[in-house]
Amino acid sequence: MVQLNINGQQASLKTDPDTPLLWAIREELGLTGTKFGCGIAQCGACTVHVNGEPVRSCSTPLSAAEGTDVTTIEGVTDAEGTLHAVQQAWIKHQVPQCGYCQSGQIMSAVALLETTPDPTDEDINTAMSGNICRCGMYDRIRAAIKTAAKEA
Amino acid sequence: MAKLGKWTRRGFIGAGLVAAGALVVGVAIRPGDRTDKLEKYVAGEGEHLLAAWVKISEENVITAIIPHGEMGQGVHTALSAMLAEEMDADWEAMEILEAPAIKDYANFPLVREFIAGGKAVPGMVFDTLNGAMLAISKAMNMQITGGSTSVRFTGTGAMQTAGAAARELIVKAAAKDWGVPASSLRTEKSVVYHDGSNRSAPYGTFAAAASEMEPNIRPTLKSRKDYTLMGQSLPRVDIPAKVNGTAAFGIDAKVDGMKYATVMAPPVHGAKIEQVDESAAKDMPGVISIHNMGDYVGVVADGYWQAQQALYALDITFTTSEADALNQEALYAQYAQALDSGKRKVLHKTGDVTKAEAKAARIFEAEYTVPYLAHACMEPMNATAWVRDGVCDIWCGTQNPLGTKEAVAKAFDMKSEDVSLHTAFMGGAFGRRAMTDYVMQAVALSKASGHPVKLIWSREETTQQDHYRPAVIGRYRAALDSNNMPMSWESVFVHKMDPPEASLIPYAIPNQKMQVVESPSHTRLGPWRSVDHTQHGYFTESFIEELAHEAGKDGYEFRRALLSDHPRFVKVLDVAAKLGNWGAPLPDGQARGISIVESFMTICAQVVTVDVSKGEPRVLHVACAADPGLAVNPDGFTAQMQSGIIYGLCAALHGEITLEDGAVAQSNFHDYEILRIDRAPKIDTVIVSSDARIGGGGEPGTPPIAPALANAVFNATGRRMRSLPIRDVSVGVAS
Repeated sequence: MVQLNINGQQASLKTDPDTPLLWAIREELGLTGTKFGCGIAQCGACTVHVNGEPVRSCSTPLSAAEGTDVTTIEGVTDAEGTLHAVQQAWIKHQVPQCGYCQSGQIMSAVALLETTPDPTDEDINTAMSGNICRCGMYDRIRAAIKTAAKEA
Repeated sequence: MAKLGKWTRRGFIGAGLVAAGALVVGVAIRPGDRTDKLEKYVAGEGEHLLAAWVKISEENVITAIIPHGEMGQGVHTALSAMLAEEMDADWEAMEILEAPAIKDYANFPLVREFIAGGKAVPGMVFDTLNGAMLAISKAMNMQITGGSTSVRFTGTGAMQTAGAAARELIVKAAAKDWGVPASSLRTEKSVVYHDGSNRSAPYGTFAAAASEMEPNIRPTLKSRKDYTLMGQSLPRVDIPAKVNGTAAFGIDAKVDGMKYATVMAPPVHGAKIEQVDESAAKDMPGVISIHNMGDYVGVVADGYWQAQQALYALDITFTTSEADALNQEALYAQYAQALDSGKRKVLHKTGDVTKAEAKAARIFEAEYTVPYLAHACMEPMNATAWVRDGVCDIWCGTQNPLGTKEAVAKAFDMKSEDVSLHTAFMGGAFGRRAMTDYVMQAVALSKASGHPVKLIWSREETTQQDHYRPAVIGRYRAALDSNNMPMSWESVFVHKMDPPEASLIPYAIPNQKMQVVESPSHTRLGPWRSVDHTQHGYFTESFIEELAHEAGKDGYEFRRALLSDHPRFVKVLDVAAKLGNWGAPLPDGQARGISIVESFMTICAQVVTVDVSKGEPRVLHVACAADPGLAVNPDGFTAQMQSGIIYGLCAALHGEITLEDGAVAQSNFHDYEILRIDRAPKIDTVIVSSDARIGGGGEPGTPPIAPALANAVFNATGRRMRSLPIRDVSVGVAS
């Protein structure tokens, strides 16, 4: 059993500890907002926070998350249901198209703004290049991050 | 250029009444026996179905029923707005329901367009129906999202008509109830008003009475100047669920007792499974069953990861054939042979190319090549199926729910009504999810294992078992007069799907001949965003640029002169040129390129600014002008242009699927690269409105970007980029 704290709640997971964290989150915990995209940390769709750091859950064994605080997209909205500034900016700029990559994009953007409250274009490129958006909404992602930075 | 059949709303209804399209009218706007069938799917207590595309409850809740899937193109928003516009409904309070996969929701306006000989028939139609496209009975099985058809056909052909008819019925019922002439009533935001007596009532009040009335099958539609919703940017209804993880995609389906499966098909398409040695896999943790399905191997397990680990542990041998020897060079050699000596089918002919060539001062020729492309949807192919007790439920994202359901029923010898298909959001589709292969496998594995099964393909399987945009070679030839102006345009290329007008050109060149030769291989092909326009946009707009250069003219001015008979083209070209600062000085190592392509009835021109100083082309800016007639949701249309441009640019810079020993050589995003944010250009879009019929949005942004880029690289380097992708600007042909 792997113990971890997921979105503020303690959980004991039966999934084999060698399994990528992604599948424990999706299949055992039923939190399907975190997406499977490539399985080799190339696309960022599976991005979650482990102790506040963005990681690719498809390539992180569950065992590596033992005792950590894990946040998924479901934990970004606060307990009262208020959307995070990044989520609000995503709606304002009408960022998602198909939407499949957006959980990962938002997790990367939230982590960026935690460490870099006023990011430059270069900061955004560095933090967000690991997240593919196949619908090509990069212009809107960039604009939304800047809006969120202003309003956070 | 395309000659579109004349299309009027009255034509639509009239034709609908005559041929099999009678169902169009019946379902679209006339309550009757057909709607009884629909009622059980959409009607709740106290609700009355007025038309298949809309229901109005007694509480005045208006539900738009949308027969298309959402894959990010904003179709649920745009189509509900089109309905609300004509209905004078309160769009903000409207509910939206995606139509279930039942025959009554077949995509009638699309069918009608098709049967009536509309020239702009989308690619999916041909593939889905497997060539049987003229059989009306089969055509009725279409419920397809693709070919930029949703707004163009369903929107104008059904949603608006249904909205207007529903509004007329409500007004008629109100007039009867209040004892006043219908002409004295007005409607606004789902409320009927009689100003003379200061009375008003919500639509729902009259829903029951209206459902007893005979509707007008030719309701009066508004003129564009009276639109209050269409043409306004509306927030997309699907977006809130896409920022908090609650949007349900196919891969998120949850069914009690569900197991997980993954599959591997032979890397060489068309091969079979010869033998499976299960010994290393069958006792692995979580493995439930291993299935040799002939065309593929499937593993069913407690979790996806366990299924995948077991699949990789299997020792699988595949049948062999001569296809195993084919690599990309050999394929291109095969194409060259077909182009040299294969039987040419003439697709279009104007004037006499041979006579023009006899009179020419010289002949100019160029050959262009584009590779296979994968769709690379972010959401890997997946479907969940549960076969038990003679019934089958399917949960999946699909561009073709009804066709998929019918295909499953046929393949598994079930009655159509025993197969239920539950649609979900699509995590990208681009033509890939018009195919049924992944759904068929999920059903087969559920049946074989006896469990509800969620089948998920690995990214590798998704990349290697796609239905690819064809690799194509096109040869172009022009007769030039003594002033180096083109007297003729002749093309011959391999492969043709559709739309049929893709190889036509808008330019005033008097003698033209477009031809195709067949050169099939074992590789699976399918529609890819904008279908044949992807390759032909690049071919046509590269060759016209080369002709401009031969004539010593600027690419923009040269096009403009040859488009003078087409004022919409000229305007779009002018707007793009202005937006892209055409002609303004740029730093060393930078240049601009221009192109213009009409596809799916939208004209789109783009000006690319490129920097080549680092060897690989870096696109700095894209100026995009597009005329779709009217953009129903301008912000949504703009998003589609941005998306189409990035999708096409990604292909132009990186996209290449190659064959090695008969199999696809690429497997995942490390070797099938996707454009990322650090290389994404700034894009500015201007919508040019006209009075033309509403054109598509999902695809027309894609075709112009590759030639605009190639032309920009030429202007920066003097080298022609006659093949895609353009990874290195030094490899082109000096000219």
